[in-house]
Amino acid sequence: MNYTFQFGVALESLPALLRAGILTVELSFFAFWGGALIGLAGAAAKTFGGPVVSRLAQAYVVFFTNTPALLQIYLLYYGLPEVGIILPSFTCVLLGLTLNAGAYLTEIQRAGFLSVRLTEIEAAETLGMSLWQQIRFVIVPHIAKTIYPPLANMFLILVLGSSMAAVFSVDELTGTAINISTETYRWLEMFTLVAGVYIILTFVASIMLAVVGRKFFRVKARMF
Amino acid sequence: MHHLKITNLSSAYGKNVVLTDVSLTVDKGQVISLVGPSGSGKSTLLRVLVGLTPPTGGTVEIQGELINYNSKSSIKLSRDRMAIVFQQYNLFQNMDVMGNVTIAPIKIKKRDRKEVEAEAEDLLERVGLADKLTAYPDQLSGGQQQRVAIARALALQPDLLLLDEVTSALDPELVTEVLDTIRRLASDGMTMIIVSHEMGFVREISDQVVMMDEGRIIERGLPAEIFDKPTTDRAREFFGKILRH
Amino acid sequence: MLERMANEIPRLFEYYSAIFLLKAMGTTLLMTLVGVGLGFLLGFVIVYLRQTPGLFWVPVRIVAITYVEIFRRIPFLVILYLVLFFIQAISPNASLFTIATIGICMMAIAYTSEIIRAGFESVPRQQIEAASAMNFSRWKTLINVIAPQSWPVIVPPAFAYMVSFIKDTALVSQIGVVELTFAGKVMNNRGYSALLVYGTILILYFLLSYPLTRLGGYLEKRFASSKDN
Repeated sequence: MNYTFQFGVALESLPALLRAGILTVELSFFAFWGGALIGLAGAAAKTFGGPVVSRLAQAYVVFFTNTPALLQIYLLYYGLPEVGIILPSFTCVLLGLTLNAGAYLTEIQRAGFLSVRLTEIEAAETLGMSLWQQIRFVIVPHIAKTIYPPLANMFLILVLGSSMAAVFSVDELTGTAINISTETYRWLEMFTLVAGVYIILTFVASIMLAVVGRKFFRVKARMF
Repeated sequence: MHHLKITNLSSAYGKNVVLTDVSLTVDKGQVISLVGPSGSGKSTLLRVLVGLTPPTGGTVEIQGELINYNSKSSIKLSRDRMAIVFQQYNLFQNMDVMGNVTIAPIKIKKRDRKEVEAEAEDLLERVGLADKLTAYPDQLSGGQQQRVAIARALALQPDLLLLDEVTSALDPELVTEVLDTIRRLASDGMTMIIVSHEMGFVREISDQVVMMDEGRIIERGLPAEIFDKPTTDRAREFFGKILRH
Repeated sequence: MLERMANEIPRLFEYYSAIFLLKAMGTTLLMTLVGVGLGFLLGFVIVYLRQTPGLFWVPVRIVAITYVEIFRRIPFLVILYLVLFFIQAISPNASLFTIATIGICMMAIAYTSEIIRAGFESVPRQQIEAASAMNFSRWKTLINVIAPQSWPVIVPPAFAYMVSFIKDTALVSQIGVVELTFAGKVMNNRGYSALLVYGTILILYFLLSYPLTRLGGYLEKRFASSKDN
């Protein structure tokens, strides 16, 4: 291989990459919480909704989990203008990722709902707990413990998934790497560097999520 | 020459010493029983013999050949000579009865399939399972599974059979069928080391009984001596507890 | 708007467009199958290496674990660019299809090796002890005892990953492989409505993914119920 690595230019761009990293985190963070809200509604619809509502929620999940997020964003980015709705690319990406995450988060939270055992609620009732106390002390902690690991995993998936924002020229990590590479022609170095940033970013996130899980939700599971 | 000679064998699990200076000889055709409270090192002794738990000291000789538990080929030799039957049977769940009994002779010892299968049928008949050749472990009772496990061990044609609490996991009504199988093996002259809590059975079948406690042998002798006139307080206390009910 | 789409639909499904889309769909499927198939085999090797005991193999174990940890923490798009520029540096004539397939494979190794490992670890330790007490070698234990018992644990999530890899291949359009997404872009550039084109492409992806999702779910239920007996 007659290619000489020159990391100089790539390293100079490190501050720019770190700034872009903030955008990556923002994108993942908002998509996660937006998706969590949609997922909560979806899970409630699937669990407690009537036949029509629960089927609608199910159709949403099936459609969004069996098609690429990239194409979902394409539809928002290129399709919506045809009906007169023009959204900035960041909004399109965020909306697409959120809707996509919402489908997975519906399934995760529904599994949480289903994990609540009737015997535990009965035990709580016989102890004389009010409904509110049952929710506060029995149901929510139980659900939280069950769904915390897949939720944490979903966040990491979103950090990686947010890289497709680069396709719509949003300057998060991958987008910035592409921009700098096209100027400097040091593609390999830039992408090695940005891969490293992703690895560190997700490692830090993994560790923080593991600590939070252990401290607040008594999750013993291995996070990474 | 002794069939099996264990000299000053020790083993430790992490910092816990589980076997200390155990010496024991077994002659051909003898049935030796190991008794003692749980955690006394009986099962560990059997596991060390077949190389599942590494020893920290001492020697094991089988028919005059020294086994080096640091050497893979030497452990292989020990496993060629000694077969173990586990408390939880450990039958391969993905194979039927015939498969369980024949796999090692065919795949490991590279023996002729037809010959091995004919032998296996005989063995399974001896343990009373001639009609279960194509059953899978999860279709059998615990007692049946344990008899398959014994047949599987015998198919290896071992010089010495190690039985590790083979009735402890069984429902009481299934114990007899397994004990009957072992009785038949003893009368056929099989050399065995048995770890068991079935004291009546041990007394009846053993040529020698060895009592262990905290990883050491504390008493040994003929069944009658050990059960009726134990010399140590520890043994008296143990038999007192067990034989009272 | 609807009128325009209604006008375009017959043209979109005329012979040449339909063939173009179907071919692109085949490319997506082929890329995924080859990438994941190879990834699965190499993932198996990774698991075998990282479970090899002994001090001598420590460096190999570290490399295997590091590979898995690293490649599960890099976005597929970044892996793809790295593979693209790396391979072009060493072999400028490599086809884009090859490059994309290698990219999928490298990602698939990391993810499938984790499923395989979970499957192997689901087999009770006593099964392995029984095998080694009967002089089974490590390889024979793996082939005769561990693998047959772990595939019910491995296969259902493998289908789920297969679906996610099919979806990830959409990003391959970025480096110019003419697969489904790229075909959509081409049609869009030819003047077809984006809503119509990308809607159609979405449905085609769905047709690839959904049967696999269902099959995985079905197998999971079947394996779970056969275990209860």
